[in-house]
Amino acid sequence: MTLPAPTDDPSWRLFQQRFGALRRKQQIESGSMAAAVVLLFVVAAIWTDFSPGTLLRGAPRIGEYFGKLLSIEPKGAAAPIPVLALPHLFGGVKQPQSIAYWFYRFNVYAELLWQTIQMAILATALGGAAAFALSFPATGTFVRSRTVVFVTRRLLEFMRSVPQVVLAFILVWPFGIGPLAGIVAIAVHSTGALGKLFCELNENADTRPVDGIRSVGGSWLAQMRYGVVPQVTPGFLSYALLRFEMNVRSSTIIGFVGAGGIGQELKRVIGFNIYEEVSAICIMILLIVVAIDLLSAQIRHRVIGALV
Amino acid sequence: MSATLDIAAVRARHPAVFRGKGALYWLLLAGASGYLLYLMWLFDFGRVFTDLPKVWVIVRLMLDWTGFAGWDHLELWRSMLETVAMAYLGTTIAVVFAVPLGFLGARNVIPQRMFRFLARRLFDGLRGLDQLIWALVFVRAMGLGPIAGIMAIAVVETGVLAKLFAEAIEAIDRGQVEGITAVGAGLAGRLRFGVLPQVLPVMISQALYAIESNAREATILGLVGAGGIGLRLSERIQINAWDQVAYVIVLILISVTVIDTTSRYLRLRLIGVAR
Repeated sequence: MTLPAPTDDPSWRLFQQRFGALRRKQQIESGSMAAAVVLLFVVAAIWTDFSPGTLLRGAPRIGEYFGKLLSIEPKGAAAPIPVLALPHLFGGVKQPQSIAYWFYRFNVYAELLWQTIQMAILATALGGAAAFALSFPATGTFVRSRTVVFVTRRLLEFMRSVPQVVLAFILVWPFGIGPLAGIVAIAVHSTGALGKLFCELNENADTRPVDGIRSVGGSWLAQMRYGVVPQVTPGFLSYALLRFEMNVRSSTIIGFVGAGGIGQELKRVIGFNIYEEVSAICIMILLIVVAIDLLSAQIRHRVIGALV
Repeated sequence: MSATLDIAAVRARHPAVFRGKGALYWLLLAGASGYLLYLMWLFDFGRVFTDLPKVWVIVRLMLDWTGFAGWDHLELWRSMLETVAMAYLGTTIAVVFAVPLGFLGARNVIPQRMFRFLARRLFDGLRGLDQLIWALVFVRAMGLGPIAGIMAIAVVETGVLAKLFAEAIEAIDRGQVEGITAVGAGLAGRLRFGVLPQVLPVMISQALYAIESNAREATILGLVGAGGIGLRLSERIQINAWDQVAYVIVLILISVTVIDTTSRYLRLRLIGVAR
């Protein structure tokens, strides 16, 4: 950007000089950043065989696959037809292209989804309780001993770092195929994730109530129970609900490794290429996840509003 | 005895403080506890304790690294790097799509309510299904390999980042845009000089954070055949090679920590440079 220069003003020339230098420095900086991003992209693409060729060859197959997800092959008819059609929309279970035909296994999915949600509820409750118990020894302001704080924190860190699907996969071996492995895996991960957040809330809590209770001779437990817990409960509940939303998502996929819920069924229908059931299950998962998000957001606002 | 008297006096003066919880509170508490106990019974939770010896067997096997020299380190490290590369590629592609979509989803760029509503629902739809589901679908559509994982990351992250970008764009200071409008800039000029300089640091920082979280997520994509370390992990779990499973988990933890630290450093530097 060149501005009309007042010809012989030395301060103007100095400004031009410094401004130009600054601009050049910024341009070099952002230019080298962009170059680094592109270079890394190329290296990563070569490393993973992610070439434009494979992508172009794959692209039609993606379109084809998603097309199949939304079409059915009715008995007798050779060509696949769209999964829904306006004239048959509210036809019975035997009528192709109706909602009832598409979701003819609705009751099975609904039961599995209900199991999935219950897994998330139990895992969140267990994880929340464990995180609640562990968050106090992990808070440096409440505990004198550095070792206790350090050990608890590393434990929480470890619990949230191991991917929960991996943990579920491992736990399927001792606990057998079924929801239990998934629940424990999600609960362990929730403990780690919530423990850290609870701990941060504890750190921000006002210490004066604690001092007050200590000054009248309250034990450590009493200090925590009456000095800290009333302050942090709304935050704890709000974080736990947020975690519940995430856990519902996780429990929909934890079945991929055999750990219960709708994921097991989803993996089966994807594996056997039962296209219309794949899309039916995905739509139901999507709806339930969005519904729970909205509901939980409502409750979260209420909880914070009611308890603060 | 004066203490007792005092308490009685205080109790008389502040009845609200000493009033017990209402019946509704206890009813709700009992209901919730009862429901949780029912769930524990439903999912046979006692097995966690009866099967604990089996867990210890695995833990013991995991800690025995005597065969360390014989493991296929080269392949494992290659897969780990592949995982990181997948996260980077997927996120970068997502950023490329999310920037324009974010502008389209922002109230102050596109004032039409209907359009914005549709854009937002599209973002929700992309985000709503977990990455692993997308990965499984892409594996069926495009075959086994990292490309399915990259696509899964790109699709989900586009939804996530587009929403975050739209929110960042809605939160900008209007003065700068008005200034650019006042000197006669068109829509492109307003976006380039009025909006972009304000949101770019936020966008870059969110993209870095996305790489971080996707590196975490990408480690499991291989479990469904979408490339990366997850595939190696699942092979080793299936043949009960618990020592190598532990090694792979340690590798994952190290890589994720390295990426976290690098990205946090870059983000902090970015904030320092930008302001």
